[in-house]
Amino acid sequence: MSRLKIIRNVIVIPERCKGCGYCIEFCPRKVLVFSENFNERGNHYPIPKYINNCIGCKFCQNICPDFAIYLEETEKVEVS
Amino acid sequence: MKESIKHLTNHERKHPLDSYLRKGMIPHIWCPGCGNGVILNCFLQALKELHFNLDNLVVVSGIGCMGRISGYINADAFHTTHGRAIPFALGVKLAKPELKVVVFGGDGDLLAIGANHLIQAARRNIELTVILSNNFNYGMTGGQCGPTTPLNAVTTTSPYGNVEHPFNAVYLAAGSGATYVARWTAYHVRNLVDSIKKALLKKGFSFIEVISPCPEIYGRHTKHMNAVEMMKWLKQASIIQNKIDPIKAEITQNIIVVGEFVDKEKPEYTDLIWGKIGKVERTYHKE
Amino acid sequence: MKKPDVLTGEYFVQGNFALAEGAIAAGCRFYSAYPITPASSIAERMALRMPQVGGIFIQLEDEISSLMSVIGASWAGVKAMTATSGPGLSLMVESIGLAIMTETPCVIADMMRGGPSTGQPTKPSQQDVLQVRWAAHGDYEIITLAPYSVQEMFDLTIKAFNLAEKFRVPCFILADEIIAHTREKLVIPEPEKIKTVDRKKPKVPPEEYLPFKPDEDLVPPMSCFGEGYRFYATGLTHDESGHPDMSAKTQRELTSRLCEKIRKNKKEIITVEKYFLDDAETVIIAFGTPARAAKETVKIGREKGLKVGLLRLITVWPFPEEEVAKIVSEAKLIIVPEMNQGQIIREVKAASSTAPIISFPKVGEEPPTPNEILKIIEKNTS
Ligand code: SF4
Ligand code: SF4
Ligand code: SF4
Repeated sequence: MSRLKIIRNVIVIPERCKGCGYCIEFCPRKVLVFSENFNERGNHYPIPKYINNCIGCKFCQNICPDFAIYLEETEKVEVS
Repeated sequence: MKESIKHLTNHERKHPLDSYLRKGMIPHIWCPGCGNGVILNCFLQALKELHFNLDNLVVVSGIGCMGRISGYINADAFHTTHGRAIPFALGVKLAKPELKVVVFGGDGDLLAIGANHLIQAARRNIELTVILSNNFNYGMTGGQCGPTTPLNAVTTTSPYGNVEHPFNAVYLAAGSGATYVARWTAYHVRNLVDSIKKALLKKGFSFIEVISPCPEIYGRHTKHMNAVEMMKWLKQASIIQNKIDPIKAEITQNIIVVGEFVDKEKPEYTDLIWGKIGKVERTYHKE
Repeated sequence: MKKPDVLTGEYFVQGNFALAEGAIAAGCRFYSAYPITPASSIAERMALRMPQVGGIFIQLEDEISSLMSVIGASWAGVKAMTATSGPGLSLMVESIGLAIMTETPCVIADMMRGGPSTGQPTKPSQQDVLQVRWAAHGDYEIITLAPYSVQEMFDLTIKAFNLAEKFRVPCFILADEIIAHTREKLVIPEPEKIKTVDRKKPKVPPEEYLPFKPDEDLVPPMSCFGEGYRFYATGLTHDESGHPDMSAKTQRELTSRLCEKIRKNKKEIITVEKYFLDDAETVIIAFGTPARAAKETVKIGREKGLKVGLLRLITVWPFPEEEVAKIVSEAKLIIVPEMNQGQIIREVKAASSTAPIISFPKVGEEPPTPNEILKIIEKNTS
């Protein structure tokens, strides 16, 4: 028996984020929230707090004007 | 239990488009939430999806915030003077037709100072992709009104309200002879990527207008909106109407008709010129 | 059988024909222009000839786009030129600045007519001689060659391309309606006898290439589009990598190099013709059409026993100040005939200190005649 699982992760590059909020506002599953911390530019940046809700649509990645966020997908095959 | 892990996307801690960005140029100069960054992102995404060989790409831009885009793309790139990117690009394309030449510009650049070059290039149907970032004002110089600023809008040079009627860029491009014409907003990222891919493959003059949020200037001074509010506005105002006559592609502050309006075939300028050269050369040397 | 690109032989043709053939012989394969008197016959010749030699001729919407497309073609690796007259030159000014700033080899021919504005479309003049020097805003040096015969329209066009390629600057050919339209003998030599120069290419791999890092001659090697270097060039002040840099240091270094790469190589760039100068007490300094009259003046004057000579400026910019200074220091009288209200005389004065310098402005229509210049000499030496 083997089971296929796609593991999604949203990676943020905090130092690039200008804090516009697009990714947070327009994520269809509200995966992202602003960080408590500031980056070096003094902006709050997104963190994928509810990553389990992510559907992998990449909207956050595509709409980010600053190349600061992207989706990483990993395929995991579990063989028992 | 055994596990085998296969990375479906990249597994280095690196943005998947980093290799398409010119080294050392990010962060770019654009303000937070600037639509130009979204357009750059979508353009690079389109290149990636097409497996485009960057050595065959030339990016040309003019002056204004959007003019800086050529510096951010990891390809041969030239930042020309205000409004003149298109005739520069035309020279490149004719001299080396095997190259894909893409022009980026803002509304001031392409529709005011460079408007004549835009319509003449569309008329010739030269294989160039022109991507217009329309933010309804001159961002870089501080928010003056321009050729797409709505009637009555208050800007730094229309403090009592703008007295000019704006251009409808897609109608202008289509009427001038462009063979691929589309309009999207910066919110329509997936549609925009698809349109850019089509435009890059088009044998002819392709024109894409992107309605782009300029939160820092137009947003702050004219619309009194922040970045997210501007993006919401673009989302709410837009109506997708593919294939409609560009004259009906309305664009006001309340309704923005988006979609792909023109996709047709017509003899292309570079082909016509090189075809003639081939023919003349053959008869001349036979005489 | 492939016909040769260079039409070796003897002809009796107009200056504009010679200029077009000179460009082809120099390797020009991209010509873009907007119709304007008296440069249109260059375009007409190029429209006919370019496709025969596998080159591109285009007519665009204005002179701005013409020069911009030339700059684009040059960066695509093709030798390119445009030709115009005063009003068109005025439109090109902005693009000339871009070509200077991005160090783009290209050739611009200006067939001068009377101005300002629309002026006298069909009449000759030399009213653009300072304009070509100072067209664009900013600090730079420029190269300008001034043919005075149909043969020189051919020869100097080749030289203009060679200098443009070598020093990576826009190079002007400055002539006027008379030279453009006069028919004279033209000898086109065998192609092997024509020396052409191509721009330097980078010798380092793309990772190491800095597009604006100069060699010892102050000229950076030039990669072109599609060669894999993925360079970036901008009209903004830029450092050696080509990236914008607004610092005072970079602005200073860049503009001084744009000047120095020409100034340091003056010996190679400047040519003058010295005609009966050895014992001349009166020297005429002229370029272009008035130099034809001046040559006649010297002949007639010498027959009359006057010690007259001519310094003909073949290179107008960079101004041959050393040559002029030397002559001026030895002469008793300098006459400067030119078809304008007195433009190049400013440079002559600036380069000299001793001899009286008399301006002979001739404006409107006819170039100065030998006798007119002679009269000035006689009036001032008797
Ligand atoms: S990939 Fe889609 S669902 Fe996942 S975080 Fe990004 S926008 Fe939200
Ligand atoms: S879209 Fe990009 S820049 Fe804007 S908040 Fe998200 S990560 Fe930051
Ligand atoms: S001024 Fe407007 S268009 Fe310019 S970078 Fe800022 S947000 Fe973008």
